[in-house]
Amino acid sequence: MESLKNYDPGDFYDELFKAPGVPRSGSKLLIDKLISMPPGELEMRQKAAEALLLKMGITFNVYGREEGTEKIFPFDIIPRIVGYKDWEIIESGLRQRIYALNCFLQDIYNEKKILKDKIIPEDYIYSSKTYRKELEGFTPPKGIWCHVTGTDLIRDNNGDFFVLEDNLRCPSGVSYVLENRQVLKRSFSQVFEDSSVRPVDEYPDRLLAALRHLAPGTTDTPCIGVLTPGIYNSAYFEHSFLSQQMGVELVEGQDLVVQDGFVHMLTTKGLQRVDVLYRRLDDDFLDPLVFRPDSMLGVPGIMEVYKKGNIALANAPGTGIADDKVIYAFVPQIIKYYMDEDPILSNVPTYICDDKKSRDYVLDHLDELVVKAANESGGYGMLIGPHATEAERLEFAEKIKDEPRNYMAQPTISLSRVPTLIGPEQVEGRHVDLRPYVLFSDDIYVQPGGLTRVALKKGSLVVNSSQGGGSKDTWVLKNPEN
Amino acid sequence: MLSRVANSIYWMCRYIERAENVARFISVNTNLLLDMPSEENKHWEPLIMVTGDQAHFEEKNSDYTGESVVRYLTFEREYPNSIISCVAAARENARSVREIISAKMWEHLNNFYLELMNPRALPFALNEPDRFFEMIQMRCALFTGLIESTMSHGEAYNFGFMGMMTERADKTSRILDVKYFMLLPKASMVNTAIDSVQWMAVLKSASAFQMFRRQHHRITPRLVADFLIFDDDFPRSIKHCLHRADDCLHRITGAPAGTATCQPEKLLGRLKANMEYDDIEEVLEHGMHEYLDDFQTKLNAVDNAIGTTFFNIKQIQESSSQQQ
Repeated sequence: MESLKNYDPGDFYDELFKAPGVPRSGSKLLIDKLISMPPGELEMRQKAAEALLLKMGITFNVYGREEGTEKIFPFDIIPRIVGYKDWEIIESGLRQRIYALNCFLQDIYNEKKILKDKIIPEDYIYSSKTYRKELEGFTPPKGIWCHVTGTDLIRDNNGDFFVLEDNLRCPSGVSYVLENRQVLKRSFSQVFEDSSVRPVDEYPDRLLAALRHLAPGTTDTPCIGVLTPGIYNSAYFEHSFLSQQMGVELVEGQDLVVQDGFVHMLTTKGLQRVDVLYRRLDDDFLDPLVFRPDSMLGVPGIMEVYKKGNIALANAPGTGIADDKVIYAFVPQIIKYYMDEDPILSNVPTYICDDKKSRDYVLDHLDELVVKAANESGGYGMLIGPHATEAERLEFAEKIKDEPRNYMAQPTISLSRVPTLIGPEQVEGRHVDLRPYVLFSDDIYVQPGGLTRVALKKGSLVVNSSQGGGSKDTWVLKNPEN
Repeated sequence: MLSRVANSIYWMCRYIERAENVARFISVNTNLLLDMPSEENKHWEPLIMVTGDQAHFEEKNSDYTGESVVRYLTFEREYPNSIISCVAAARENARSVREIISAKMWEHLNNFYLELMNPRALPFALNEPDRFFEMIQMRCALFTGLIESTMSHGEAYNFGFMGMMTERADKTSRILDVKYFMLLPKASMVNTAIDSVQWMAVLKSASAFQMFRRQHHRITPRLVADFLIFDDDFPRSIKHCLHRADDCLHRITGAPAGTATCQPEKLLGRLKANMEYDDIEEVLEHGMHEYLDDFQTKLNAVDNAIGTTFFNIKQIQESSSQQQ
């Protein structure tokens, strides 16, 4: 394939090529294979993979539209490869970060030492929408708050990794990691085998073990469920997939009742007690008696049961405070404070708009910066300065002035790229990020791989599926490249 | 198993059975019309009559033409019993229980739905109704086959099959009811000369023609009704469907056959027993329409009892805790 043979990484860090036409050592097997394919072969495999995904119904729903808007998450057949050494950094960096964030959560809802020591201004905590004062004084089972995390990493022009966002509420996407791998294994079986790629399929087992770990000691056979908002949720496929993979019940709020101090499922044979819920429902909707009273999706009374220790929830309610985008700016200090270590993975430099000096800088440099709302996700509520219109920038300037606490800004980083199939026999570089999934149980497990999200639009830096992003399989190599 | 899951599986199967019945019915009628082109439009109305939804149809359409009826029964999204609505509803139900049913069942239903949503489906149905409705029936039959062969025959399966059998019994009774009334408006006509082409069509509407022939050879209204209501072995006879549904129900509750431990078992057992001791002479004497109407009311009661016993236990829970 000519366009791959002569592939030019341009001014960007490319994950598969180190120079024009020269693959990185870990990618050589793959690139050679792709180049040697007869014309049309790669498109054929791409189409076959898409057809398979649609047939399996691996789709997501787009919010705010009428029915019939299920789409397959666009998928690109050329995988992203992460070398052995790079992965070592990511893995140790994430372990460190998640451990520290868990310490932070336990502290912030209990002793609040980090506030007393004035490491973080307490105002930032109490003004956050995701801080749950209902959890004050509470310690979750085994002291674990953030059982499942999906941390977004990006790579700059020098190839250095940065943490862009911590997602400690209900991060989604791991089902695509598992399904993409199935498809890719079929598409490139020989190269896959020869490259010694680390497996990702352990994830459901690990997740189940992490959930069992939380069960109250009173039973050997805990009843575990995945709590979903229902089939109209954008990640419903994943909820169903995970419950199927773990062999546990998939429940909705309407399937659960609180009675006699416990949570029960409504079954055809009456009530059955539930011990652990992997809940994929935001705090806001979890319990109408405690959080949003208009929530139809939750379980009235579940928080009281939770606080009595009669049910375990993963993730714990209240973890959202740790992925508030303003608190994010303090994670390096959080790591230092609780672990007395320097962060292995750096943050992207962040300007907190609540701070007068930073705000003035941000307002003056809107055309260079990325501005984000503190509590939004999915790529909503975001301004990419260099790509925005003057009107959009003015609109954001107003928003920032109105609600400074709710905004932060970061320099625009030119994300690394991966060759991507964009048309018949046509490969071009597209920007990517990486979301590895981390499970916190008796130890911390980082799934070797993760979701590589790719901005399919030329030049675009927004990788979210709701905004024209797609995904790629991520291969983590088992052995150091020579 | 979760009540909601049981409910979804029950309805998933009912909807597919319903879609199949609509498809077969349209198919038979299209065929029948080839034999009597002169009075064409008169023969489309009964298709809507069987559904009992004339009022809704007439709101949307001025005339009972082949095209309006086929379009309405197949592609009208605002009509909950059209084929497309049934398949969409079955798929929605399937989607909410994907972790319970087999991947093959889900993939098949998903594909079936996507085919119907394709803009080419409507011209296909109007231009080649034979092939189109044959295809729909085969898709439904394949789904039934997949339930049978790819899903464990446990509680979920039994709820699904019970749903299918309930739906089938209901549909057979409706077809017989409407056709009988049209072809024999007066009971006294039962022994007069009949239009055997029309009665063949009745049998075909329940895909019973061939099996009927093997058993009875001669077509008379009495024999047709007898076969569709009382035949022990024919899979669409009302009696057979009730037996199968009752088997499923007892496997769900674990109660021995012939006993009744809950309301649905009582009601279904009673209905089955009636059918055991009724015969076609009594039915004709009583009046076919009255008999079938009474049957449908009782079958509805069974369906309601299944709902309150297995699916809506939250309401029971709430009312009982209010009493405390």
